Amino acid sequence: MNFDPRYSARNFTAVGTRPVRPDGIDKVTGRARYGADFNMAGQLVGRILRSPHAHARIRKIDTSKAEKLPGVKAVITAADLPDFTNGDAAMYDILDNCMARKKALYDGHAVAAVAAIDARTARQALKLIEVDYEVLAHVTDVDEAMKHGAPLINDAVFTEGLDEKPVKPSNVTKRSQFGHGDVHAGFGHADFVVERSFRTEQTHQGYIEPHACVASANADGTADLWVCTQGHFVYRQHCAQLLGMDASKLRVTSSEIGGGFGGKTHVWAEPVALALSRKAGRPVKLVMTRDEVFRASGPTSATSIDVRIGARKDGTITAAEATLRYSCGPYAGSWAEVGAMTAFACYKLENVKTVGYEVLVNRPKTAAYRAPSAPMAAFAVESAIDELAKQVGMDPVDFRIKNAAQEGTRSSYGPVYGPIGIGPTLEAVKNHPHMKAPLGKNQGRGMACGFWFNFGGQTCTDLNIGMDGSVSLAVGTIDVGGSRASLSLIAAEELGIAYEHVKAVVADTSSLGYNDMTDGSRGTFSTSMATISAARNAIRTLRERAAQMWDISVDDVAWEHGHAVAKGEKHGNLGKLSLKEIAAASGTTGGPIAGHSELVADGAGVSFATHICDIEVDPETGATRVLRYTVVQDAGKAVHPTYVEGQYQGGAAQGIGWALNEEYIYGKDGRLQNPGFLDYRIPVCSDLPMIDTQILEIPNPNHPYGVRGVGETSIVPPLAAIANALSNAAGVRMTHIPMSPPRVLAALEAAREG
Amino acid sequence: MVEVTLWGSLGRAAGGTSTLDIEAKDIRELFRKLGEQHPGLQPWIDRGIAVSIDGTIYRDTWSKELPQDAEIFLLPRLAGG
Repeated sequence: MNFDPRYSARNFTAVGTRPVRPDGIDKVTGRARYGADFNMAGQLVGRILRSPHAHARIRKIDTSKAEKLPGVKAVITAADLPDFTNGDAAMYDILDNCMARKKALYDGHAVAAVAAIDARTARQALKLIEVDYEVLAHVTDVDEAMKHGAPLINDAVFTEGLDEKPVKPSNVTKRSQFGHGDVHAGFGHADFVVERSFRTEQTHQGYIEPHACVASANADGTADLWVCTQGHFVYRQHCAQLLGMDASKLRVTSSEIGGGFGGKTHVWAEPVALALSRKAGRPVKLVMTRDEVFRASGPTSATSIDVRIGARKDGTITAAEATLRYSCGPYAGSWAEVGAMTAFACYKLENVKTVGYEVLVNRPKTAAYRAPSAPMAAFAVESAIDELAKQVGMDPVDFRIKNAAQEGTRSSYGPVYGPIGIGPTLEAVKNHPHMKAPLGKNQGRGMACGFWFNFGGQTCTDLNIGMDGSVSLAVGTIDVGGSRASLSLIAAEELGIAYEHVKAVVADTSSLGYNDMTDGSRGTFSTSMATISAARNAIRTLRERAAQMWDISVDDVAWEHGHAVAKGEKHGNLGKLSLKEIAAASGTTGGPIAGHSELVADGAGVSFATHICDIEVDPETGATRVLRYTVVQDAGKAVHPTYVEGQYQGGAAQGIGWALNEEYIYGKDGRLQNPGFLDYRIPVCSDLPMIDTQILEIPNPNHPYGVRGVGETSIVPPLAAIANALSNAAGVRMTHIPMSPPRVLAALEAAREG
Repeated sequence: MVEVTLWGSLGRAAGGTSTLDIEAKDIRELFRKLGEQHPGLQPWIDRGIAVSIDGTIYRDTWSKELPQDAEIFLLPRLAGG
């Protein structure tokens, strides 16, 4: 990478402004094309048959009757998806999750699929497929799955990370551990100790747009896929590998995305649609229903967490430990490991220990959800921190300030921190008017902190300057949160031209080099770095072309505010050449002018946020209402502040839903009881107050403009902030998320009964 | 020679040690020598390890140099959402 990513201070002209979003009009008028809006002539309708059992061995699948139904063009089972994973265990899990091979591992697991001329015929065909199941004992609860004698989900799984190699298979795939110091000794120095157990239920990202794609496999072995995704290059890699294709022969074009939040980082239906198209010889459109999205895409983990924290009378934390158990669905994951890394990351701790257990259950394969695993850990830790502050007799903000990590602190997950932003967010909260606003009867205020790592990754960008001087920016990261506007601002800033003269598009997989997906809050961080690099490459060419036009050395040409400027006394009579003038002459100075960049963006920098919440509880019904909510977070540099605020508000809104209502409810039969938005209640506008935001800008030293990722951290504090507010309002500590009205009422009644 | 600190689980895989001294100029050489000198770590390297250099986490820039006096800390290579 010939690019220096180090931060250097500068005065911005475009970056930091708030232009109208380029995709806004299409989205509010319904013109924007989402996954399900794409159609091809002659396309078939794909439908998937799903297991009604939580755990069952598939003895036999008879598709003969379905195949004979007029209008059915293809029927597939796992036999049509041979194993090309070549020993890659993670890819094999994805293959098995796309189409069950030997066992159905959760309610909703795909077992067969059809492509037919219309939806009615496809549905009829599904009913004609006969699956002979041997129903097995199941387990859906994370704690139950760890118990001796629990039904084994995969008898080839032996727990990793134990001191002694296990001799028996287990539902626990991995134990991980982090920390430093001596927690036993640390607790010995504590005057106060809080020890509690917490639970959080499984939630879904709740993206409004379901998974949707159109697959078209061609007779020459090539294929096209139009799909809603957070990472079309990753989808191409996965689909190509699962179908035994060269990646270059599969072109993936992404649609607009109606929400992803980590849930559109995995393939589910796409390899199935491609396999159906390959068998039928026609394009196949496959759109998951909401029921299927809930039952068979990737929700977050359900968790069970024990926390213990001790402090001296002066408020210094002496020791902290946590045991975190996270459900993974039926396939191995590293969700508890991440929880164990993030749990105490906000604090300066001499003695800390966290242990994570990854637990298999008969639920859908867990997927990432916005700062995956961190919100649940923060809920447990920040609840205990709040309670400990009370025992010590300190204000909860002051208690956190006293113990906050800072530059030079050894983080709970290992390394020593460089410059970080937890302190400034806490100081901002301490001084925020929200903290001083009066509260009424049955109302409570809570606050909490949150941490997330943020990532970079592989990124490739093209910047093309047209003959008229306008600029096309082709990027390979999906725009999930306004990145096309932000990246246009970045290109305009670097080139010194107006934002209106830059048009950013998300290019298909045949038009650019590989890009990692938009996850880890990396979209704007990584692609802005690549855009700056591409723009600087284009500027070098612009200077060369201006030098030709002037017939002087390129060394005498500088780039200033969108113009080539000849430097030196001997060129004093030369006027400036604008980008537009140089572009107009490009046909005779060497042809098209472009800048390209491929790089790995690293050094994203860790991120912190602190939230404040006011809530009112109805003691008669347990119903709650969030009255006021404030987010304070470090953005490094807010490229488009409105989008940054939107990310902060979106994370808080999702956190409020998670904290108060959302949960997967399984029956004793192992079937999901509430796979729809009527029974799985996400917050709507009328449930939420205006969410106030405060953007802090502490430059990231590893980005030229100081940019940090902002998309995920904002969902980390809400569970705890709301739990602390509700606990203060109700006078009883809430330890189980979601704090739905029945759960709050039960807690209130238990407290009243003493 | 740089001192490399391993996170808890990786330390177990390396035979119960929390630090290793490795002669390596960059992340690529570090991973190569870790795999050679501690074969038990190779599956972990294949699965993905991130390297924290003075608190900044590097996941993919294997050409990143390892300063002699820097704090080098190995972490699981994580994914986001």
